[in-house]
Amino acid sequence: MCTCKWLSAVVLMTAVICVVGTACAGPNLGRDVTPEEMVTWEITIPPDGSGLPPGGGTATEGGTVYNAKCASCHGANGTGGPADPLVGGIGTLVSQKPVKTIGSYWPYATTLFDYIRRAMPYDRPRSLSNDDVYAVSAYLLSLNGIIDQKARMDAHTLPQVHMPNREGFVSYWP
Amino acid sequence: MAGLVAVGSHAGDLVATAQAAESMTLETPPWMQGPGQPFRGYGQPAKYEEEVKRTFFQPYKDIAPGSGASMTPLHQLQGTITPNGLHFERHHSGVPDIDPAQHALLIHGLVRRPLHFSVEALLRYPTISRICFVECSGNSFFNVAAEPPQKSCGAIHGLVSCSEWTGVSLAVVLEEAGVDPQGKWLVAEGADAAAMNRSIPLVKALDDAMIALYQNGERLRPEQGYPMRLLLPGWEGNTSIKWLRRLTITEGPVYSREETSKYTDLMPDGKARQFTFPMAVKSVITHPSAGMRMQGKGLYEVSGLAWSGAGRVTKVEVSADGGKSWAEAALQAPILPLALTRFRLPWNWDGSPVLLQSRATDEKGNVQTTREQWTAQYSAGNVYHYNAMQTWSVSPAGEIKNVYL
Repeated sequence: MCTCKWLSAVVLMTAVICVVGTACAGPNLGRDVTPEEMVTWEITIPPDGSGLPPGGGTATEGGTVYNAKCASCHGANGTGGPADPLVGGIGTLVSQKPVKTIGSYWPYATTLFDYIRRAMPYDRPRSLSNDDVYAVSAYLLSLNGIIDQKARMDAHTLPQVHMPNREGFVSYWP
Repeated sequence: MAGLVAVGSHAGDLVATAQAAESMTLETPPWMQGPGQPFRGYGQPAKYEEEVKRTFFQPYKDIAPGSGASMTPLHQLQGTITPNGLHFERHHSGVPDIDPAQHALLIHGLVRRPLHFSVEALLRYPTISRICFVECSGNSFFNVAAEPPQKSCGAIHGLVSCSEWTGVSLAVVLEEAGVDPQGKWLVAEGADAAAMNRSIPLVKALDDAMIALYQNGERLRPEQGYPMRLLLPGWEGNTSIKWLRRLTITEGPVYSREETSKYTDLMPDGKARQFTFPMAVKSVITHPSAGMRMQGKGLYEVSGLAWSGAGRVTKVEVSADGGKSWAEAALQAPILPLALTRFRLPWNWDGSPVLLQSRATDEKGNVQTTREQWTAQYSAGNVYHYNAMQTWSVSPAGEIKNVYL
């Protein structure tokens, strides 16, 4: 049972008893969100690709960006660097040392765009253009043999990519 | 029962016999020969306690020193409340330096009225407090290794800590925003450089979730999400998003990187369980534990911590013979749901080799598993949700080691 006691400016108020199962009323101190704020704050891309921005890129273009900004941590071809490997690992999931990569583990290609734009490169997140993020996504999908090197990834094509481990997850939440 | 003294009503009062008292000097100690230090604005631990520190796990070393974790030194602490400076840390891109005057929380998505809250505004809201643990779902993962790691109890199991958290009930601000009936999930996002985000069932958000502003009475430390964090009692720590900046109400999960490529539990068939939120029932003996040394035969106090993401701990049993026989430990009141619970048991060590274990049971009847049972549930390389019993071996020489049974 939730009992919120509020003081009024005039009298010491009696307790406002909230009905069990409902929240106490707050003081309503939030302000409206402007449309401009919404545009800059919204960065999440779910599997259906809603919210993906205009632009696009190919693996060839992405390779150039990758070599300049990603390879030092993730290795020349997405493997062998000091950071998480991004390529390979197929068939390792039940081993003592599973290698979870985009190719062996990630269920959705859209998460690639979301995460690279959100958090990479590690030392300068949010510094890549949308075209660069699409291109690096394409490059990593291509390195994993999931898409053709010439395929262009954009708001239309990226959500249609079928990931090898798409069926590899079981939700434990009802 | 191999040396374990049956528990009595005063079991907690029986402490380990101290070393024979050192010969007392008759000289007046220096700190009694002049006045001590004056006041200071913020107190610090005694300088003689400097070795009580978190240990670090930095898997990416110099390329990403702020990605990884630091572990609470459980074996160097007593009681159940973790000092703020020793609460475990798990960061995915370091600790951001957030100016509260420039920080805000956005609540939007499937709501009647999207809202923007300044920190100042949230500090004016009615507050709630609760004592609960936060445990990283990767806690104790070192014990997944084929060979038992010889690390301290804190270095193995210290990705769990317990605090009194104070903040605003999430249900209150969600009520103000007006959640659309279609909204079933909520995506929480942090203001760190990783913009770490997780999808959370709305049921939990409306049940006992909090926007935490204070920890153990003081404002959150930067390492714990200053100026505000989400707190989901009993659920894997990763979902209690620190540096909280955004809550989006959605119909379903967004399948973020952290809930697909990470924080998913590989099963024997190669598939991975996803959204395994509550932390399982668990306990560990903190005293004595690996790296400590017994000081000869005699009476000791076996003491440790137990917890469960399903509610209250109802029973902790201790074995000194590797699980052949068990004695029930005393639980320190108050026993709070979803909080660390201290257990204690007097123990007369006769100098023989011993295998110490603890086994917790919670109010839902869940019993902590053996390592063998835990391992059988998962694929060999799974590192999440490890809650198997810990075994410490004590040699006749008094040396204590981590062993698997």
